[in-house]
Amino acid sequence: MFSNIARYVLLFLCIAVIAGKRAESKTHHDPVYGDALVVGTIGEPSVLIPMLATDSASHDVAGLIFSGLIKYDTDLSIIGDLASSWDISPDGLTITFHLRKDAFWEDGTPCTAHDVLYGFKTITDPSTPTAYAEEFKQVLRAEAVDDYTFRVTYRERYAPALTSWGNMAVLPRHVFEGTLLQTSPLVRKPMGNGPFRFKEWIPGDRLVLGASPSYFLGRPYLDAYICRFIPDPATLFLELRSGTIDFMALTPLQYARQTATDFFQKNFNKYTYPSFSYTYLAFNFLHPWFQDKRVRQAIAHAIDKKEIVEGVLLGLGEIATGPYVPHTWPYNPDVPQYTFDQQRAAALLDAAGWHQIDTDGVRIKDGARFEFTILTNMGNSLRMNTATIIQWRLAQIGIKVKIRVIEWSTLINEFIDKKRFEALLLGWSIGVDPDQYDIWHSSKVRNKELNFISYNNPEVDRLLEAGRRTFDIDERKRIYGTFQSILAEDVPYIFLYVPYALPIVHRRFHNIHPSPIGITYNLYRWYVPRDMQRYRLSP
Amino acid sequence: MLLYCLKRFIGMIPVFFGVTLLSFVIIQLAPGKPTDRLTELNPRITPEARARLEQYYGLDKPIIVQYGRWLSRIVRFDFGVSFSSDARPVIDKIWDRSVPFFDRRLTITFLINTLSLFLILAVAIPIGVLAAYRPYSLTDRITSVAVFIGFAAPKFWVALLLMMVFSVQLGWLPISGIKSLNYAMLTEPGQFFDRIRHLVLPVFVSACGGIAGMSRYMRSSMREALSHDYITTARAKGLSETAVLYRHALRNALLPLVTLLGLSVPGFFAGSVIFETIFGIPGMGQLSYQAIMMRDYPVIMGLLCITALLTMIGNLLADICYAYIDPRIRVK
Repeated sequence: MFSNIARYVLLFLCIAVIAGKRAESKTHHDPVYGDALVVGTIGEPSVLIPMLATDSASHDVAGLIFSGLIKYDTDLSIIGDLASSWDISPDGLTITFHLRKDAFWEDGTPCTAHDVLYGFKTITDPSTPTAYAEEFKQVLRAEAVDDYTFRVTYRERYAPALTSWGNMAVLPRHVFEGTLLQTSPLVRKPMGNGPFRFKEWIPGDRLVLGASPSYFLGRPYLDAYICRFIPDPATLFLELRSGTIDFMALTPLQYARQTATDFFQKNFNKYTYPSFSYTYLAFNFLHPWFQDKRVRQAIAHAIDKKEIVEGVLLGLGEIATGPYVPHTWPYNPDVPQYTFDQQRAAALLDAAGWHQIDTDGVRIKDGARFEFTILTNMGNSLRMNTATIIQWRLAQIGIKVKIRVIEWSTLINEFIDKKRFEALLLGWSIGVDPDQYDIWHSSKVRNKELNFISYNNPEVDRLLEAGRRTFDIDERKRIYGTFQSILAEDVPYIFLYVPYALPIVHRRFHNIHPSPIGITYNLYRWYVPRDMQRYRLSP
Repeated sequence: MLLYCLKRFIGMIPVFFGVTLLSFVIIQLAPGKPTDRLTELNPRITPEARARLEQYYGLDKPIIVQYGRWLSRIVRFDFGVSFSSDARPVIDKIWDRSVPFFDRRLTITFLINTLSLFLILAVAIPIGVLAAYRPYSLTDRITSVAVFIGFAAPKFWVALLLMMVFSVQLGWLPISGIKSLNYAMLTEPGQFFDRIRHLVLPVFVSACGGIAGMSRYMRSSMREALSHDYITTARAKGLSETAVLYRHALRNALLPLVTLLGLSVPGFFAGSVIFETIFGIPGMGQLSYQAIMMRDYPVIMGLLCITALLTMIGNLLADICYAYIDPRIRVK
């Protein structure tokens, strides 16, 4: 009920925003068919089957071709996609999905529960090279009760279960049955059930999707979705500047400065929404200095997050206080905050035994100078700039920081996996479900696991275990709220910022409604008024 | 002559396998594995799943066994299957028979490099000759400065400047890619013209550094040729200056250039990585960049094999040409 109201409030806000934006435009148009959206991206998809895809470029395109049982609504609640409704048994172990009967594959074959079952069997088949099998292995039994009813039973209560039934495990059985999925040529020219259909892919150059006339929510207004691959960011921006692409993601610098010209204001619309990710400074708990909570808190007091958001993101982000995105339901704003306070930081360091000062101002304890290295990955200038600001701020309280920027694979294999680091500046992309068992639970410290800082707090362990076994949203909110308070008190990470996603879209596209899940969720409703249409598809 | 070619050709075989062995080992020395892109920092993967993936790709075997497997395939001209999630045969990625000839990666890279080679020769030889004919003259100084600027300017920077001017400001040329979005709807001459328009900037940028280097070599080689006694003799005979310059001096001055061309083949392919990335051109350079980033061993090895082969063929051709045009070598 609550989420329903929230949805309406949000919808209202969106309408208000749009109304404000559109106030100056004189004419109102009815949606019409035609035109194409040309998207410019740096990365190229590698495969268009969701369960085989590992990169966001592949998922972005595959998501337009394949629809799953459920999807996220604009308020982050779960709504049906192929499933018109579902029931969860009282014990929380069985979910029964009721599928809509008007969904078809591209060749006209109905999309049924057998396709979901086939997808499930494929993803849990050990010979399928997929990164997403684990969630589905929690399933004890899956069955197609009839053509339009699909039922899964779990071994134990598992709250993130429902969210896993997106488009990951739906495959056209009549096409793939009897073939080996990963070697099938169809993985690069798939047949789907979503709003768009695969048309053409020129590797290294472009990928073209056409509107699907049989899409169950109605044929998209746009005739085509064209994705152009331009690996060089500067070239990509020049393409945007010359009007040859309609849609791309901007960097903060491009958003705030390079697109602040008359040309862009006249021809493009820019949007912002918090991305589902955050950037953090993590401490290695195996390092004796950082085992002392006062030291971690002192560093937290010495860093001015506001200055980082202003300086690095040019204000295009939000200060993070925990591992969740502000304004989403798991987020708890009432956690202990570390205001920028150098005196407090110095006092905490003094109390922790770092009161001696060397001739160059660096603190000493038991003969050791307080010097450590922050590791970050190559190719992310936002992180490098953040590290530099932190270095400067910590020098002011007598801590000498070195920064090492390392190529991604080397960083993971040689430093993180072997736990050979003092501090890391990295980011996490997070899911919509608040379960973060894998990152914080004390059991997840083995090689290659994600609690690489070796954080161990029995209370946090208990909350994480309870959170993933609870379905009630208010109860979960309480559990994850407490979890955030403990993290804020403990400071295993210093949560720095949540960057905004910064898409820019050509002005001729109408019906774009920004929401917490972005702008492309209703791509099939975007349209271009007749007199502004630019591309015509070949007959 | 035939015997010479045959000898050289047989000599290439051990070199080729030496190159592949070294490459194979060096690739594996780089940290990271092809499976990383599936497994690293992924909350949904267990150690068992990781082991299963490594077994799937044969990465659990010792490196020498992996090389042996690769070798046994390569002698049957099978480059294997890419480790990336598309799992396409390597040969299809490089030489995709399902697309038109001019859209295949090898053709694209080869075409751009050949065109740029012709451009280099067409520009560098006259510049070099001119500069050598009147050393330290105003022309020589101007071309020297221009050539050094061209040599020193980073390619990516030159490329962006040219895009700004010719594409964004003037709108004459497309910025990136190899054909326009409406390519399929163009007439045949239109399609040809569209491709040419897309090739202008990449060919110029990739030739840029080469012109600089080659014209300097040409200058010094020409100066050396002009200082020989036979030039004095030719002039004393009363030959026209054109004949002296082109028949006697230039022919001799071109000899070292032939060797240089043979040696510069790998350099061309290395350069492709840069300009294909900047111009978004789907060639071999772009493919090798992606493959290296993803630790896609079979693709990297496939590309290295082709590059090694082309380099050796380049060298062989250079040597044959050398023997052909220089009688002193032929006699020996």
